[in-house]
Amino acid sequence: MNFSDSKDRSHRLNNAGWLTTLGAWVLAIAWVLPLFYALWAAFHPAQYATSFSLTAPLTLENFSAAWQAAPFPRYFFNTIVLVLMILVMQLVLCTLAAYAFARYTFFGSSVLFSLMLVQLMVMPEILIVRNYQTLSSLGFVDTLFGIGLPYFASAFAIFLLRQTFKTIPKELVEAAQMEGASTLQILRHVYIPLAKPTYLAFSLVSISHHWNNFLWPLVVSNSQESRPLTVGLQVFSSADQGIDWSIISAATLLTAAPLLFGFLIFQRQFVQSFMRAGIK
Amino acid sequence: MTPTSSHVQAYLLLLPAFVFLVGFTHYPAIGTLIDSVMLALRGGRAPAFVGLDNYQAMIQDPVFWKSATNNLWFALATIPASMAISIVMALWVNEKIAGRQFLRMSYFLPTVMPMIAVANIWIFFYTPDYGLINQVLQLVGIKSQNFLGDPNLALMSVTIVAIWKEAGFFMIFYLAALQTLSPSFREAAQIEGASRWYFFWRIQWPLLMPTTIFVLVNALINSVRMVDHIFVMTNGGPNNASSLLLFYLYEVGFKFWDRGYASTLTVVLLAILAIAGLMQFFLLDRKTHYR
Repeated sequence: MNFSDSKDRSHRLNNAGWLTTLGAWVLAIAWVLPLFYALWAAFHPAQYATSFSLTAPLTLENFSAAWQAAPFPRYFFNTIVLVLMILVMQLVLCTLAAYAFARYTFFGSSVLFSLMLVQLMVMPEILIVRNYQTLSSLGFVDTLFGIGLPYFASAFAIFLLRQTFKTIPKELVEAAQMEGASTLQILRHVYIPLAKPTYLAFSLVSISHHWNNFLWPLVVSNSQESRPLTVGLQVFSSADQGIDWSIISAATLLTAAPLLFGFLIFQRQFVQSFMRAGIK
Repeated sequence: MTPTSSHVQAYLLLLPAFVFLVGFTHYPAIGTLIDSVMLALRGGRAPAFVGLDNYQAMIQDPVFWKSATNNLWFALATIPASMAISIVMALWVNEKIAGRQFLRMSYFLPTVMPMIAVANIWIFFYTPDYGLINQVLQLVGIKSQNFLGDPNLALMSVTIVAIWKEAGFFMIFYLAALQTLSPSFREAAQIEGASRWYFFWRIQWPLLMPTTIFVLVNALINSVRMVDHIFVMTNGGPNNASSLLLFYLYEVGFKFWDRGYASTLTVVLLAILAIAGLMQFFLLDRKTHYR
């Protein structure tokens, strides 16, 4: 009697009751409903877009219609180039800067560090007016390079990498110095390999952020040569009133598909990456 | 390695990143401040000191005030709602609960989808007569609402989308924090026979405070910069009923091409973000968070 009593109690704070479970599931279903709705509309003929019937025939026609109605292949190409370009530049520039902040003592380091942190609050998209001026004086308006440029240095990445670099034991560095390794060799062979989880975490966060970014690309791009998917989708779905829901749903899913699939396959890594990025 | 050469090395390592940081954050921020007092309203003449003319115009601009009050309501709704939902989500999926993996995935899903894409889906939800929400409303005998076309409902409708998009993202931070809490707290509470409610308010909530402040600052920043869905869903309408500050800034800067006034609006946004920054600086113990 006593035993089962204490057992009951020990489970009370750990296990969810049925009411909690019900609440959690209702919320979860509400949360994925928009996605299911889009899936329904995209995979069924247009006349079933708003009426739910189990006998509705499945079709892929909406996808092929969307694919042909706008230059989506080009938009995909643009987004992939843009996202990878930003990521590579961020990894290179921010590794160097983080290394300086983590392992060097130099005059003005704390002032420079604070100046760097300002970018966490003031993102380039807030300063669109002035950054657009800069871009047009450099002649990069309407280019993918121009869209990527303001994001090449990321305070977030520098901060994250610096935290990781600081946890790497000094002994490892000293051992490498004894071997006669230069500063950059130490970075390359000691720091970078040991920071792999942080690189993975930041890469997932960066890719999903820039895949989804909209306002700045909207301002900079004005031709299909430089338009990423998000802007392309906006142009497509607002262009003409005659496009039906099913096709817009299909286009919407196409836009989100690579990230969605990536998320479903690497769910654990995704969540852990965002968690890792969040713990400061 | 001599001290000087190590200094030089450090500066050389920082240089490439700082070229971009300064070029696209500090330089434009200062440039914006200067532009706001140098460029005449609606351009047209060479830059000359115009004093506070642009600010004067802003104070007299009803669309600015409409966007500012909309933004205030947007912030007052999205910040507490998304934070409260995210805590509940995190507490739920931190427990042993049936289908935990599915629940976590569902909550987090909106975070990985482009706002532009999900806004397109939400439009269908809100469509008069045929949209899912209106079909449900009509089922229970309420007449169909034009959610995005009605000035009284448009702001609320875009606010709900923002809460839906953000909550799962914040959940991650709470979940991470909950998982770092020592299990001995829970054991102690169990031995004392504490209720779940008591355990949350007296133990988990105070321990989560740094996370709450971090999330609060992020929610505040997001309430300024989350405008993508406005472009898709309402375009700020009807009659500016759902215009937010950053959206209005875009319109002034890139539709009316009024750089002086757009710079002035940017200064307002910078001031709001500076407050967010100072909040983080003073509320969070810097020693524990920026070591």
